[in-house]
Amino acid sequence: MADLPHLDEEALAELQDVMEDEFATLIRTYLNDSKERITSLKSAMKHRDADAFAKTAHSFKGSSINIGAPHLGELCRQIEKVGLEERLSDAPPLLSAIDAEFQQVTAALETLMAGSAE
Amino acid sequence: MDESAAENVPLNILIADDSDSDRLILKALLKRLGHQVLDAANGHEAVLHFQQGAPDIVLLDALMPAMDGMEAARQIKRLAGERFVPVIFVTSLSEPEDLAGCLEAGGDGFLSKPYNRLMIKAKINAFNRMRLMHQALSDQRDLTHERNRQLLEEQHVARRVFDNVAHTGCLDAANIRYHASPLSIFSGDVLFASPRPAGGMLIFTGDFTGHGLPAAIGAMPIAESFYGMASKGFDGSDILREINQKLVRILPKDMFCCGVMVEVDFAHNQLNIWNGGLPDIWLIRSTMEQYALPSRHLPLGILSANQFNAEMEAVRSRPGDRLLLMTDGVLECANREGQLFGEQGVRHAIESTSADSHPFDVLMGAIKQFTGQQKFGDDLTLCCVEMVEEAGQTTLTEEVGLSTLAGPSQWHCDYEIRENTLGEFNPLPLLLHICMEVPGLRRKSGEVYTLLSELYNNALEHGVLRLPSDWKYTPEGFERYYSERSERLNRVSGHYIRFSFQHDLMPSGGRLRVVCEDSGQGFDFHSHPVLQSTDMAQSGPRYGGRGLALLMRLAESIRFHGKGNRVEVIYDWFI
Repeated sequence: MADLPHLDEEALAELQDVMEDEFATLIRTYLNDSKERITSLKSAMKHRDADAFAKTAHSFKGSSINIGAPHLGELCRQIEKVGLEERLSDAPPLLSAIDAEFQQVTAALETLMAGSAE
Repeated sequence: MDESAAENVPLNILIADDSDSDRLILKALLKRLGHQVLDAANGHEAVLHFQQGAPDIVLLDALMPAMDGMEAARQIKRLAGERFVPVIFVTSLSEPEDLAGCLEAGGDGFLSKPYNRLMIKAKINAFNRMRLMHQALSDQRDLTHERNRQLLEEQHVARRVFDNVAHTGCLDAANIRYHASPLSIFSGDVLFASPRPAGGMLIFTGDFTGHGLPAAIGAMPIAESFYGMASKGFDGSDILREINQKLVRILPKDMFCCGVMVEVDFAHNQLNIWNGGLPDIWLIRSTMEQYALPSRHLPLGILSANQFNAEMEAVRSRPGDRLLLMTDGVLECANREGQLFGEQGVRHAIESTSADSHPFDVLMGAIKQFTGQQKFGDDLTLCCVEMVEEAGQTTLTEEVGLSTLAGPSQWHCDYEIRENTLGEFNPLPLLLHICMEVPGLRRKSGEVYTLLSELYNNALEHGVLRLPSDWKYTPEGFERYYSERSERLNRVSGHYIRFSFQHDLMPSGGRLRVVCEDSGQGFDFHSHPVLQSTDMAQSGPRYGGRGLALLMRLAESIRFHGKGNRVEVIYDWFI
């Protein structure tokens, strides 16, 4: 798991090709959505709402995999499982990991966009 | 279906995903493939877009807020009705029960995240092929339904037209019993009966090769010829010739019509029969003697006019005698073992008929017992006609209203047939037609026809052919009479029958004077017993007792002239 890269270069190259001019919009949308999702996850954990927690984690997982962030996707899969199994007490360390990984992904994507905008 | 054609058509695709980035990617991928995309962020929006945009294919995320993908799929499938709109779930779900839930909600397949361009393209194309196939099938089905509906409607109309042409005539008369399926027109069997202008009846039953519409179409002209000609006074032979000629002309080579024609003459207690290809006709005498009258001719619609023999076989009969006509359906009734009722079955049933049972009931009962069924197939026709006293016969003359046209009132007409025509042509319908131009006479067509046919038949058979009427009173003589009749008709050289009509108006009606003269030797009318006394039982050498008595009853006066070969009849009618 730790072997999974922050970004899947190949997938992102393909996305860039498909999205053309909209690639930047896509990345911005993903980053904004993800921030909201992390907030939602924290809020759900606070309210002990395992169902909302699992659903948000599920969506976050899907979009992270699609965008080409496999490591983040895997972390999302783990917290989705925590939500589904109603083990929210196990969530905090995973959420911290997600926070950290998201910082990494954000930085990497910003770099990528800066590069492609040249 | 052409795969490349299916792939090249741009489709209208609805996608629903609550994840904005996923939606952006999917939309871009589908647009790349050349399709138009409607997008929704939740199930509720997806259903609204579906109603407004009528997309060809729907891609749904399974888990969405404000109505999830499964509920959206259910509603979309309900809205689509009979239209096949593939619903594909786009999901990263992998638990079997979750996937099964998607299918149960109406989903047709899955696309997994992360998206794969090749898989998306292949899935969309595969489901589009299914969609087009389904469309083609349901178009075909709708077309078939519509054609079928049209066909049934047309048959319904055809049936009404047919019923108007091929009505049952006088089959409801007290002396007729019959079984004919109500669906018989499309089975190929026909049964007609018509009263004759001079009393008596004509009955025709036929069995077409083939079934359904072609047989019904063939039956139409038969019905028209039969009823049209019978009411105008044509005899059975005339009508058979006409029907045969029509069928030869209109039917395809492998189609023809087996048929039986029967002239029922109550006044002269005589049956004239023609059987072309139908099972034996059975005559059951009131004395319980039974005779089978087999087919002696080819069916109708085969022989050309000059090869066709329409000569009818004369059978002497008495009141109480019964004649059974049937189509092949009777012989072809099968029991559970597949054995046929056959001629044996018919013969056996008829032989078991006793004096107090009706042969119609006996035969029907035997068929029911044999087949073990209460209902018969469509192509079974059975008809029984009973000879009755003429007096017991209800008058079947048609009610004809007085025409508003005055018609001819003062006229004279001579008509003579001679030589071989005497044996080949029946002038009675023509002569009746001339008389029927007078509106006052039209209401008396039966009586006028009777007068004309008695005069003509006497002139021909007794005058020209010199056949003694007393021959007809013994079975051997009867046969001899009719064989001599057709023999002598070949030797009529130098002979003639001349009709002379004169019609005048009278204060309250009119008077028709008919003089019928033949080239025969005449007879000693001064000493004819019927003319001397009222004893009808006696018969003279020239006029049969009944024939002359009939004339005397109908006419104002009858006078014989010359050597007895010229008869003058005065017939008066009143308003």
